[in-house]
Amino acid sequence: MSKNKQLQEFINSDYALGFETLVQSDTFAQGLNEDVIKAISAKKNEPDWLLEFRLSAYKKWLTMKEPTWANLHYPTIDYQEISYYSAPLKPLNSLEEVDSEILKTYERLGISLEEQKQLAGVAVDAVFDSVSVKTTYQKELEKLGIIFCSISEAANEHPQLLKKYLATVVPKGDNFFAALNSAVFTDGSFVYIPPNIKCPMELSTYFRINALNTGQFERTLIICDEGSYVSYNEGCSAPSRDKRQLHAAVVELIALKDAQIKYSTIQNWYPGDEAGKGGILNFVTKRGLCQGDNSKISWTQVETGSSLTWKYPSCILKGDNSVGEFYSVAISSRAQQADTGTKMIHWGKNTKSTIISKGISAMQGSNAYRGLVRVAKNADHARNISQCDSLLIGNQCKAHTYPYHEIKNMSAKVEHEATTSKISDEQLFYLNQRGINEEDAIAMIVNGFCKEVLKELPMEFAAEAKELLSLSLEGSVG
Amino acid sequence: MKTIKEDTMLKINNLQVNINNKTILENLNLEIKKGEVHALMGMNGTGKSTLVKTISGHYDCQVMQGNIHFKNKDLLQIDVAQRANEGIFMSFQNPIEVPGINNSYFLKTALNEKRVYENKEPLDAMAFLKYVKEKTSHYEIDQKLLQRELNNGFSGGEKKRNELIQLLLLNPDLILLDEIDSGLDVDAIKTVANVINGILDGNKSVLMITHYDRLLELIKPDFVHILHQGKIVKTGDYTLALEIDEKGFEAIGIKDETH
Repeated sequence: MSKNKQLQEFINSDYALGFETLVQSDTFAQGLNEDVIKAISAKKNEPDWLLEFRLSAYKKWLTMKEPTWANLHYPTIDYQEISYYSAPLKPLNSLEEVDSEILKTYERLGISLEEQKQLAGVAVDAVFDSVSVKTTYQKELEKLGIIFCSISEAANEHPQLLKKYLATVVPKGDNFFAALNSAVFTDGSFVYIPPNIKCPMELSTYFRINALNTGQFERTLIICDEGSYVSYNEGCSAPSRDKRQLHAAVVELIALKDAQIKYSTIQNWYPGDEAGKGGILNFVTKRGLCQGDNSKISWTQVETGSSLTWKYPSCILKGDNSVGEFYSVAISSRAQQADTGTKMIHWGKNTKSTIISKGISAMQGSNAYRGLVRVAKNADHARNISQCDSLLIGNQCKAHTYPYHEIKNMSAKVEHEATTSKISDEQLFYLNQRGINEEDAIAMIVNGFCKEVLKELPMEFAAEAKELLSLSLEGSVG
Repeated sequence: MKTIKEDTMLKINNLQVNINNKTILENLNLEIKKGEVHALMGMNGTGKSTLVKTISGHYDCQVMQGNIHFKNKDLLQIDVAQRANEGIFMSFQNPIEVPGINNSYFLKTALNEKRVYENKEPLDAMAFLKYVKEKTSHYEIDQKLLQRELNNGFSGGEKKRNELIQLLLLNPDLILLDEIDSGLDVDAIKTVANVINGILDGNKSVLMITHYDRLLELIKPDFVHILHQGKIVKTGDYTLALEIDEKGFEAIGIKDETH
């Protein structure tokens, strides 16, 4: 049928960010051993303690096994077939020196690295393969004592802070992928907000994987000192390739007394094709520590890309009255698989957590919510509300919900609600009969379904997220 | 291609429709001219809803034979949304609930789809609200419905009122009413009739399915068709509806064979 063919074309053309940038790069040979780690560390002129940290993480990693508990199916990853470092060849001391091809890449992605051309109020750290190519508005932020730079820069410029906080929330041996990241991490952002400062602009990191056969192992660390606030956003994309690429990141957030961190992600890695060929394997450890009393960490994620997503942004609510939030939309269309959710660990008294998860499965996609709520013995009056909704489009997709509760304090109040619904033919017919075409009707229903999560995104990103949601589902009916 | 007459709104020739490989409508012929009101009556399960759904383009209705022309267009060549934008509106017997979608946003989207289809400028939020007021203020229709989610948690009567709002805004040429009066009280039926009579301007046509005489009394149909076993077996004027109301279908020679 010609209609089906049109839909097929839609699907094949919808990943608009799948282009490749031709740039001369310094890429390590494939393979992983201690020498590779030493070479990465040397490239970045790292202090000795950081190299030690990497090597001990590597030793730990060698003893660990890849986790198999997730509801994900993929061929074994050969860690010796991956290159662990790739950087554009030209030195990167100022914007003038950045390869014009890379600047063009970011322009095409809708991100200008020239400050005067940017959206007002958004500072950007642009990471291209293994290095940060540019961080904007650094000088302005410095005046307030805010540090916003790449983690490599932090290793040299702010070693005390980095040493104090690195791996305090996600220890190097936390899990297989976190250990790998700790050994080979390349770039990512470092943020420090001094006491009682509300960061006046959105901080944002844009990750781009470009080189072939290269893994991306970024590491981000955000510290909000007492009484401070920051809203941080990350975006990601990659070229469309037939071969799968590994992305294993670690993100650590630390909120001291009365501090608040709002972390938003729009993940749009290349999802692979409808047969499951290519795409990014996304294994990410994200964790926030509400260390001080009355602190708050809020995760919002819109996961539309990757062929495979393994990601559980979590909050450790250590301070009394601290608050953790997790708002998530995850789409699995075509052959995408997502196993995502959160962990809310209540240690402090009167701690509160909210989980709102919206999973959308279309075509042959498989979507799982996996979430843990743990209330420790001394966490008096802890409160959790979880709501996990799944939406199915078509009849070949799958949705699963795996909630875990470990409650050790009798005063805790924990609520869990879960629903599964399907976009029915009758709903589509109703909207179609009012003149709204199928693609728009689905986008409308999906946006309605995700409303509670989308409203948590900063305004600039909400529009992008809505558009992405409809693009990701284009061609999912027919 | 065979053209149809200038004053014809809808012309159905020798239509056979299957649902799940079962024949529901067979050898059905019907012509509706501009400005005419037609009523479709018949016992349960005779294919009345199937007929209006087929005209709207519902996916379940497989047209096996025959053709349907609407204002000189071959309807079977265009999809549901296009038919709607060409001017076909179907009021649902059970309007569908769509959680999460704001009713007013939905109405604005539907209206603007049609405007864009007709090469008109889409309305912005302010102009839209003004337009809604203008269109609905003469009738007993609660504006509060606009702020809720599309039909979600609406009572039966509210759902039907919401269908009327859509009808008024979209201003279609051919109005298909599938038991719009079912479950409504006397006052609400009056509102329905007021709306239909209010928008009939001599150029719009109506095909309505109903079991009750009350609505027919208020909207006097020009023609009454009796559908039986997938065919139109009898056509008359308003008096035919009165006769059925008084004596039942058996009086005109139709037996219920489903029992």
